[in-house]
Amino acid sequence: MDHVLLIEQLLNGFQLGVILFLMAAGLTLVFGIMDLVNLAHGSLFMIGAFVGGALALLTGSFILGVVLMIPAMLVIGIAIEMTALRTLYARDHLDQVLATFGLILFFNEATRLIWGPEGLVVPLPRILDGSVEIGLGITYPVYRIVIIAVGLAVALGLYILVGRTRIGMLIRAGASNRTMASALGVNIPKLFSIVFGIGAVLAGLAGLIITPITQAQIGMGEDVLILAFVVIVIGGIGSIRGAFIAAIVTGVIDTMGRSFLDVLLLLFLPANAAESAGPALSSMLIYILMAAILFFKPQGLFPSKGAQ
Amino acid sequence: MAEAPNMVGLKARSLIKAFGGLMATDNLSLEVAPGEFHAVIGPNGAGKTTLVNLLSGLLKLDAGAITFAGRDITRLSAPARVKAGLVRSFQITSIFRDFTALENVMLPVQAQQGHSFRFWTPVSRDARLTAPALELLKRVGLGDRADVRAGNLAYGEQRQLEIAIALATGPSFLLLDEPMAGMGPEESQGLVEFLGALKGRYTMLLVEHDMDAVFALADRITVLVYGRVIATGTPDEIRNDPEVRAAYLGEEEAA
Amino acid sequence: MSALANLRNPANVFTALVLLVFATGPLVMPLIGEPFYVIVFARIMVWAIAAVSLNLIMGYGGLISFGHAVYLGLGGYAVGILAFHGVTSGWGQLAVAVGASAAVALVFGAISLRTRGVYFIMITLALAQMIYFLGVSAEQYGSDDGLNILSRSDFGLTFYDLNDQATLYYTVFFVLLASVGVSARLVGSRFGAVLRAAKSNDTRVEAVGVATYRYRLTAFVIAGVMCGIAGFLQANLESFVSPDMMSWPRAGELIFMVVLGGMSTLFGPVTGAFVFLMVSDTLSEWTIHWHIIFGPLLVLVVVFARGGIAGLLNRKSANG
Repeated sequence: MDHVLLIEQLLNGFQLGVILFLMAAGLTLVFGIMDLVNLAHGSLFMIGAFVGGALALLTGSFILGVVLMIPAMLVIGIAIEMTALRTLYARDHLDQVLATFGLILFFNEATRLIWGPEGLVVPLPRILDGSVEIGLGITYPVYRIVIIAVGLAVALGLYILVGRTRIGMLIRAGASNRTMASALGVNIPKLFSIVFGIGAVLAGLAGLIITPITQAQIGMGEDVLILAFVVIVIGGIGSIRGAFIAAIVTGVIDTMGRSFLDVLLLLFLPANAAESAGPALSSMLIYILMAAILFFKPQGLFPSKGAQ
Repeated sequence: MAEAPNMVGLKARSLIKAFGGLMATDNLSLEVAPGEFHAVIGPNGAGKTTLVNLLSGLLKLDAGAITFAGRDITRLSAPARVKAGLVRSFQITSIFRDFTALENVMLPVQAQQGHSFRFWTPVSRDARLTAPALELLKRVGLGDRADVRAGNLAYGEQRQLEIAIALATGPSFLLLDEPMAGMGPEESQGLVEFLGALKGRYTMLLVEHDMDAVFALADRITVLVYGRVIATGTPDEIRNDPEVRAAYLGEEEAA
Repeated sequence: MSALANLRNPANVFTALVLLVFATGPLVMPLIGEPFYVIVFARIMVWAIAAVSLNLIMGYGGLISFGHAVYLGLGGYAVGILAFHGVTSGWGQLAVAVGASAAVALVFGAISLRTRGVYFIMITLALAQMIYFLGVSAEQYGSDDGLNILSRSDFGLTFYDLNDQATLYYTVFFVLLASVGVSARLVGSRFGAVLRAAKSNDTRVEAVGVATYRYRLTAFVIAGVMCGIAGFLQANLESFVSPDMMSWPRAGELIFMVVLGGMSTLFGPVTGAFVFLMVSDTLSEWTIHWHIIFGPLLVLVVVFARGGIAGLLNRKSANG
């Protein structure tokens, strides 16, 4: 097998994994701490892409767009949390699923109204365009390396934030025992808003940094969302470490699967069977993995101790 | 009523259950002879409910063995232990709130009559379920509350329903987890009389805080402190045991 | 409760009206110059059957399956794929629809039912996605664009021909009534008692000696088969099947129909499907951007009208 293609796809897998991690981290935080199932998390992904993209086009600088997107998503996220989601904390998960499902419809349509059905094209800044040699005779797009780097940096930042800062301690306290934390004087509503805001920024970042590659499109959040849920289920709800590991694994397996499964199948099956089974199986691969993991560990690989 | 069933005994040997660093159950051994009324007492945090959960199968043991009616049930699932005759009631009322009192008792009656893969006959018209269930409700004193939604029953009535459900499950061994929890003195007295009438028909293990009930009913008592047995014996022996007085009764007397 | 009191209950009145509309549709609609609504009603009834099947496990069983639309697709593709290969026998297609739905429900249920709560919701969603992607990648059968079905299922009976619009319509109608009837029987039976008790308090059911897993799995399979039959009917109605019918937004809409009508009521899924689809059809005719109204509408229903239509209407006649 061509080692260049192998390494390329491995890196692509990491890149997808990093995007998934940004989504999954926010999801798992919100679910683990606030016990809120938020299907509209994918909409935050899309909103980040469009709002950030629009800001980038407005200012003429992609980097500036990313920078401005952060406070924008924080505000948007907290606004959504305070208006639409507050009532849902006390409700059961079914209600949350249904209500946030309604929100998805709303956000998709609102985006269509504002930016039209064609989506938004966000060009790469020149310096980030192009490829670079990374050794072993392989050239790889600079921008994808940037994405991986950003993802790892965020992972490190989250680790420090949740593990080493006061806010992180409040988050962990709220996660393991909300009532106790509240009794100890932690402002739970404010904490929730902050947590949701962080999740919104992470999702928006994921959406924005992928747009130079995929463009900003209506409904782009939904497919990522489902994968993100698969990730947090595999990793264990409430666990950021679990989300990271599961995200990378998912991204790599999904990408490598799509590239190499038909080759692998040729070892066992006749050519035309492998050709038709390949694409079908590769898109199913990650769900088969999830089903297998859940079969043996129904609470995921790293279930959070506070989770039920 | 019917002739006394064959009595069964229970032996728990060196049970261990830890939650993180906390030893909820620490090398606990106890034995309930067939037909005996055995009580387990201990201060809060002694691990009484953990013991009930371990015996009933809701929690898995870390180490130790449980023998019931002569067979090893350590690995048996909770429903399987129930089928073997080991039935528990819950300290925190665990009933079917949206069902009527009658329907609550109909379910264990149904469970006794084999599998439930019956898809056609409405249970509400099935006398094989409604009749025994009504009988049991009357026995615990809820006969006239049969059609009331369980969630709407008074607290004391819900505790009675707890017992009715346990009795309907066809037990040979009753594991009662603080049945008098939250009851007033009159209701407690009624329940004590009721349980006293059951003596000799079932083997019973009662976990309770209510000392009057315990000393009135028990043949033997085990005292639990921090998951460990500190004394086992007749009520008189326990009453006079210095360690027990110090750890438990002594504090109460001082108060 | 006397039968008369039952009749006066607003929720029941509404149900009766909806059923009346369905029953008389093919006769009345052409008379008032709106023949198109006959097909609309038939479509709604197919969704209602699917909703009834979902209500069995969700409303009565407490199992929130976000992957139930998959059985509509399985039933539909059973017709489509067999027809594609020249097998137009209704008996064969129906057998495959039922068999495939049962098999998939058995496997998916066996896996999903090992989990609870939100894990269950997510895994049912993800498993259904697998089948969705399978459909999308099946190029031979049209993949994304779907598969046209050139002829209706042929049952080989001279007096029963699905090519006759009225026959098809009333077949759907009677299957709907039958599904509600089956539902009623199941829910009231010993099997249903276990299912409902397990929803209410699973620990207690196990504590009276009933292992709930096998009963839930059975319910899951029954619901899947019922929905597969709905898919069979849908394929005949639309002469078309596509992976979109199995997509997760469809599954979400199905859940909504059940909740809208009133979960764990017998006719809730029927009225829920009716209202949901009539509202969305009407709104979509006003404006292409109807989701911007519909979305918040759904949110409001969840927040304020959680008991659904049955809940709202029953409140008016409530007397404690």
